[in-house]
Amino acid sequence: MINYIKYIGGYFLMLKEVFKKPQKGSVFRESLFKEIEDLGINSIGIVAFISFFVGGVVVIQTALNLDSPLTPKYLIGYASRESLILEFSPTLISIILAGKVGSYITSSIGTMRVTEQIDALEVMGINSLNYLVLPKIIANVFFYPFVIIISIFLGIFGGWVAGILTGLVSSADYILGIRADLEPFHITYSMIKTAIFAFVIASIPAYHGFYVSGGAIEVGKSSTRAVVWTSIVIIVLNYFLTQMLLGK
Amino acid sequence: MIEVTNLYKEFGGTPVLKGISAKFENGKTSLVIGTSGSGKTVFLKCMLGLLQPDNGDICYDGRHYEEMSGGEKRNLKKEIGMVFQGSALFDSSTVEENIMFPLKMFTDMPYDEKLDRVNFVLNRVNLENSNNKFPAEISGGMQKRVAIARAIVMNPKYLFCDEPNSGLDPKTSIVIDNLIQEITDEYDMTTVINSHDMNSVMEIGEKIIFLKNGIKEWEGTSNDVFRTNNEAITDFVYSSNLFKKVREAQLKEGL
Repeated sequence: MINYIKYIGGYFLMLKEVFKKPQKGSVFRESLFKEIEDLGINSIGIVAFISFFVGGVVVIQTALNLDSPLTPKYLIGYASRESLILEFSPTLISIILAGKVGSYITSSIGTMRVTEQIDALEVMGINSLNYLVLPKIIANVFFYPFVIIISIFLGIFGGWVAGILTGLVSSADYILGIRADLEPFHITYSMIKTAIFAFVIASIPAYHGFYVSGGAIEVGKSSTRAVVWTSIVIIVLNYFLTQMLLGK
Repeated sequence: MIEVTNLYKEFGGTPVLKGISAKFENGKTSLVIGTSGSGKTVFLKCMLGLLQPDNGDICYDGRHYEEMSGGEKRNLKKEIGMVFQGSALFDSSTVEENIMFPLKMFTDMPYDEKLDRVNFVLNRVNLENSNNKFPAEISGGMQKRVAIARAIVMNPKYLFCDEPNSGLDPKTSIVIDNLIQEITDEYDMTTVINSHDMNSVMEIGEKIIFLKNGIKEWEGTSNDVFRTNNEAITDFVYSSNLFKKVREAQLKEGL
């Protein structure tokens, strides 16, 4: 228990160092664009692939569960849209990104630690936490909402393709359902969740990478721990955020 | 001059440095020698501020490290160059980017001027035409030379090297040793080298500090090393067969 408190304390102390003014604006901008490419743009492919197919699965499963002749077919589109906006894209994609991006962040920072590259930064008088972690957090928090919007659109498109190909729902019914009773706050809720999860996806793995000690095996173990803890924190935060933002 | 007074550091109740005091003079190359585990790297890391000593004082030309503010410490570090044991080059950056990094971070020089400075130091370490290579594409000796180039690109007053010869063949080791010595003389730097390489002791050690089990066991010049009767240092120096034979020959000739 004491160890957990120590880790949580260490995490917040790390954040205190991270959120300091960058030492050189031009270097920070350069790092930020590099991180947007590494963490954001390079994740679009896998997100698009998963979203398209899961969107299709959601539509097929919804259609098979709403097979009563009394249930209007447009509900398939409506239910799929709501599941994609409320849960699948912000939460499930974030957990997938916790694995992909989280392990990348821990292993890259952890390798820098064990090969003394972080010591080299410190000896130069550079705040290494601020230099290495801040661009990752900012890139994630501001770019991931775009990734999630892409995921929502592709999920809905994947659902439409699956509905048409399987004949479970007509294009007109599906589109009617997609457009029915759209609650704009659900999109806001989805984006708020995404931004918070993006912060977690960058900061928890960075903590695990930065404070690793030992060699290659420890970096590997640290990456695994980072992914596990990031996923746990996302799931727990998802519960509280849902209760806070959507609960009556 | 760097003055270290009564430096003490322990890890989990085990003392690693037990009150070491030493002076490192300007324009001189000082060697800290000792067997693996004697506390050399911890000593160097404490001097660099990478580890917080439990007790003692480190003074850089009258500036006491512990009394400095965060900003003053950062400014001091701009005067320090460091060559790490494993070179510690940024592996996703080219040789040129590695060396240019401190200039980008701490100066407002235009790009052409920075490039000129990079080429100048690369030339100084005899590594022309390697600008666009990545650390993984060059040999260990070349990596060490890039690390030296990065360490001196800001014209530091103090140069620290942690086992600069580790993993290098004897011939390349001598090249690196001579390079460090020449640069120290050229820029009038205070250079501190951690080593357990006896060739370095013979080549460049103007002042030698011998550590054993976290204690400063002996201090002197490279000539004194081979004349001392201190048992610990003779054990260390003559542990290699080559030096043992030299010693036996010396004793036979009554030297």
